[in-house]
Amino acid sequence: MIANYGYKDGSGEFFISIDTDKCDSCADCVPACPAKVLEMATDEYDPLSEKTVATVREEERKKIKYTCAPCKPASGRGVLPCMAACAPGAIAHSW
Amino acid sequence: MAEMQEYWRWTEYDWHSPEIEWRRGKRIAAGIDVGSVSSQALVLVDGQIFAFSNLRTGSNSPDSAHKAINGALKDTGMELSNIKYTVGTGYGRVNVPFANRAITEIACHARGANFMAGPKIRTVLDMGGQDCKAIHCDERGKVSNFLMNDKCAAGTGRGMEVMADLLSIPIKDIGDLSYQVDQEPQPVSSTCVVFAKSERVSLLLGRIGVEDQFFITGGIAKNPGVVKRLEKELGIQAVKSKYDSQIAGALGAALFADTLLQKGA
Repeated sequence: MIANYGYKDGSGEFFISIDTDKCDSCADCVPACPAKVLEMATDEYDPLSEKTVATVREEERKKIKYTCAPCKPASGRGVLPCMAACAPGAIAHSW
Repeated sequence: MAEMQEYWRWTEYDWHSPEIEWRRGKRIAAGIDVGSVSSQALVLVDGQIFAFSNLRTGSNSPDSAHKAINGALKDTGMELSNIKYTVGTGYGRVNVPFANRAITEIACHARGANFMAGPKIRTVLDMGGQDCKAIHCDERGKVSNFLMNDKCAAGTGRGMEVMADLLSIPIKDIGDLSYQVDQEPQPVSSTCVVFAKSERVSLLLGRIGVEDQFFITGGIAKNPGVVKRLEKELGIQAVKSKYDSQIAGALGAALFADTLLQKGA
């Protein structure tokens, strides 16, 4: 499933989407994020599955616009470290 | 002095099936949904709804959980110790002392909606006491995508209670009363609850996408003003169910408990 973490407010849409079907539980994204936004956990939206998947930490979900800002300079933005670390391409950002 | 009327107050109640002989049941499973405004407990016997209660959440989650399950078990002869597996869900899910496991309300509402309105339901809107969630699910009620609006409490159940008190109108009449307004009022940022809700939700659904069969769970589903406006905005009718929309979370939690029992939990 696609898990959307984040929010929409007057200034835009700020979501990190994780495709839990693509996520292969490798956890490479966790150390790749300089702000430690991600962690591995059992898929809380599929309680009958035992698989661990990448999720956005609870305390970051309402402020990711600010937490992710250092990786998103206005000019010269490269590939985001979390997305670069994810071989199966399970991570996406909406902004 | 005349007693002050509590316009926000909605009816708390409990129900149990007169037909089911629970003592003959093999699997007794319960779901407890402790929300920010209301709490429900629901007991399944061999996968059938045996009893439930719908109460106001107090200031203390463990207390509310106990009150809810005691309400559901009232006059049934069943005791807490007869229940083999309990799943807690909702805002206060980690504070249900007798629960074997906590499961997020998003998974539970999708599962409950699947039971209440059938396997064709693909979009579930949980419109609750303090937030609103748009959930996309498959034919088994498994979540495939979701979005939550928990930054703004406008138009939530709690907001509706506040508005009922402000207007001195019983909460059950608020939805119908909104029909007296012929034209949609000017946007008032997000402080007008009845209208703000439908606006918020259509924004959420814009991201998720709505497929034909959609179903509304949670207390706000009982407000015809919000439901009609949503249907108008989306251009489709919400599926109706014979069950109380407010028990969807507890029902889903109980269904997970029942499945876990079958798996040998």
